[in-house]
Amino acid sequence: MKAKTLFDKIWDGHVVRSIKDGPDVLYIDRHYIHEVTSPQAFNGLKERGIPVYRPEKTIATADHNIPTKDQHLQIRDELSRNQVERLNENCIKYGIELFGLNHEKNGIVHVIGPELGYTLPGMTIVCGDSHTSTHGAFGTIAFGIGTSEVEMVLATQCILQPKPKKMRITVNGNLHKGVSSKDIIMYIISEISAGGATGYFVEFSGSAIRSLSMEARMTICNMSIEMGARGGLIAPDETTFNYLRLLPAIPGIKDMESAINQWKTLTTEPGAIFDRELVFDAEQIKPMITYGTNPGMGMSVDDTIPITDDKNKEASSSYLKSLDYMGFKPGEKLLGHSIDYVFIGSCTNGRIEDFRAFAQIIKGRKKAANVTALIVPGSKRVEEQMAAEGLTEIFKNADFEVRQPGCSSCLAMNEDKIPAGKYAVSTSNRNFEGRQGPGARTMLASPLTAAAAAIKGKISDPREFFTE
Amino acid sequence: MAKEKFDILRSTCVPLPLENVDTDQIIPARFLSATTREGFGENLFRDWRYSKTGELNRDFVLNNPKFSGKVLVAEKNFGSGSSREHAVWAIYDYGFRAVVSSFFADIFMANSLNNGLLPIVVKEEFLKKLLGLIQKDPSTEINIDLDKQTFTIVSTGDSVKFAINSYKKECMLKGLDDIDFLLSIKSQITAYETNKSLAK
Ligand code: SF4
Repeated sequence: MKAKTLFDKIWDGHVVRSIKDGPDVLYIDRHYIHEVTSPQAFNGLKERGIPVYRPEKTIATADHNIPTKDQHLQIRDELSRNQVERLNENCIKYGIELFGLNHEKNGIVHVIGPELGYTLPGMTIVCGDSHTSTHGAFGTIAFGIGTSEVEMVLATQCILQPKPKKMRITVNGNLHKGVSSKDIIMYIISEISAGGATGYFVEFSGSAIRSLSMEARMTICNMSIEMGARGGLIAPDETTFNYLRLLPAIPGIKDMESAINQWKTLTTEPGAIFDRELVFDAEQIKPMITYGTNPGMGMSVDDTIPITDDKNKEASSSYLKSLDYMGFKPGEKLLGHSIDYVFIGSCTNGRIEDFRAFAQIIKGRKKAANVTALIVPGSKRVEEQMAAEGLTEIFKNADFEVRQPGCSSCLAMNEDKIPAGKYAVSTSNRNFEGRQGPGARTMLASPLTAAAAAIKGKISDPREFFTE
Repeated sequence: MAKEKFDILRSTCVPLPLENVDTDQIIPARFLSATTREGFGENLFRDWRYSKTGELNRDFVLNNPKFSGKVLVAEKNFGSGSSREHAVWAIYDYGFRAVVSSFFADIFMANSLNNGLLPIVVKEEFLKKLLGLIQKDPSTEINIDLDKQTFTIVSTGDSVKFAINSYKKECMLKGLDDIDFLLSIKSQITAYETNKSLAK
């Protein structure tokens, strides 16, 4: 038989039926929902007069539109409050488990799914949110869907999907000190561009990927969407199994070790063919930063902004428009450029390891006076753990503002907006125009690079903090 | 629920000669708090249409009375970023029925097809030519024949074939919707579930 990729194994095992010259009917094992992309789907069910088909397979949280201050009080913004209330009502009405605002398990959907044991190897997972790709770190097919598809999953536990093409990205070698998994993925996106993997599902492999923790792997899969990929996944291994073994509970799994034995078959067989293969060397990767308005516009923190977006041509008008928005010029160096805000959080870098990494540099220091710094844990659990490990205190002593969990400044639907024209170094995943507030200028980076910037008050190289 | 049917569309075009137009530009996050699908057109490209102080930005193409029509033509990687279907609702609500680019982000493409907005992928050279023609002469008309899968520039007769899978084409031509289809195969879905749990 032909050698199979991990992706094929999971996909083929979930096809209820194929439509000739059309998409496959794909069965969904786990469905996550949140307040912003679900209300219209529930309205659809109501109009059709049908129930949720398998309510136990859907998990809900409120994260995008909630405040990160005084969460125990009523939400001030009326529209936001309405959206969160609709979610509560819909979950009660249709029998869906909800980790809503103020619940002890509340948090960003892609942070709580894995930490509560709802994301397991071999699953198909969808959510009305593009960063659903995060869950691919466990060896799942996980991808973002639109609201019409949310309605399909609620109604039938299935969606219609054409099978994407397959790409394998191999990263070999050892990372330098001060370089993290965020830098790996930002480096790859800068090499292949923000649309470079459109139409593909990507498997990440290689020794550099294997050596990463689960949280670091989630950061990589999270941002696979930023190169246009439908999603990213990593074959489960001992790191995955140990992560799952250490969770307090895994809903639906009775015998962990026999489940693990099953999951061990989730690998790409030798000789399996991908539509495209790319190989990178981890030793080449330095701390990264973005200088433009899409995640593909990234470079090493000590580099200069490229003169053109395409090696042989003139700079396109889109490229110049983007630099103009950022207030940068081609050929400019960013090291030493003054900044105004630092945001640590989001489903990309809002997990406990990210805050530990951030604290490595912050401990015993103070943030620069010109910087406003916001620390937003990805979930209640992360918030508790931060406090228990003394990280919260380290941040407070350094004059950082530590907030309650949520998406916060990652998309600035709530009040956590970066003012127009201000520069923010952010550990989130998108530097689009206005993403962090109208006119805000976002520079994406790892927690270490963000920490270095917060201390120095300007773009700095985190490696400086690691030389004894 | 049934959607508006799509068969033939003859229209002028609105040019948006920019690459990587992401969903945060199409509809900024701060307008996503609604719980219905209507009314998003008002905030389509909000931060490009209006200045920070709320004045109309006369330089932006949607505010230029020379250009109108049901077809939006943009450069590569249109609709990247978030999965928000609100982006498609905004484009549709504004009055567009087709978007042309050299490639679309995957989720945007799926969302469009689920809402009666036809995403048409054309080659880069054709796209450049089309944009040039529209900018030179805003009355340039195009004709889209979904059944034949052709996109034609009326004045020059330049015609290209575009791809769409036959299932989705059927849905758009008939105004059908995926949920109706999925509900109709419910017994197969249940059978799949039974087999799966037996295999465990
Ligand atoms: S943290 Fe940002 S990217 Fe992640 S789910 Fe929330 S808004 Fe989306």
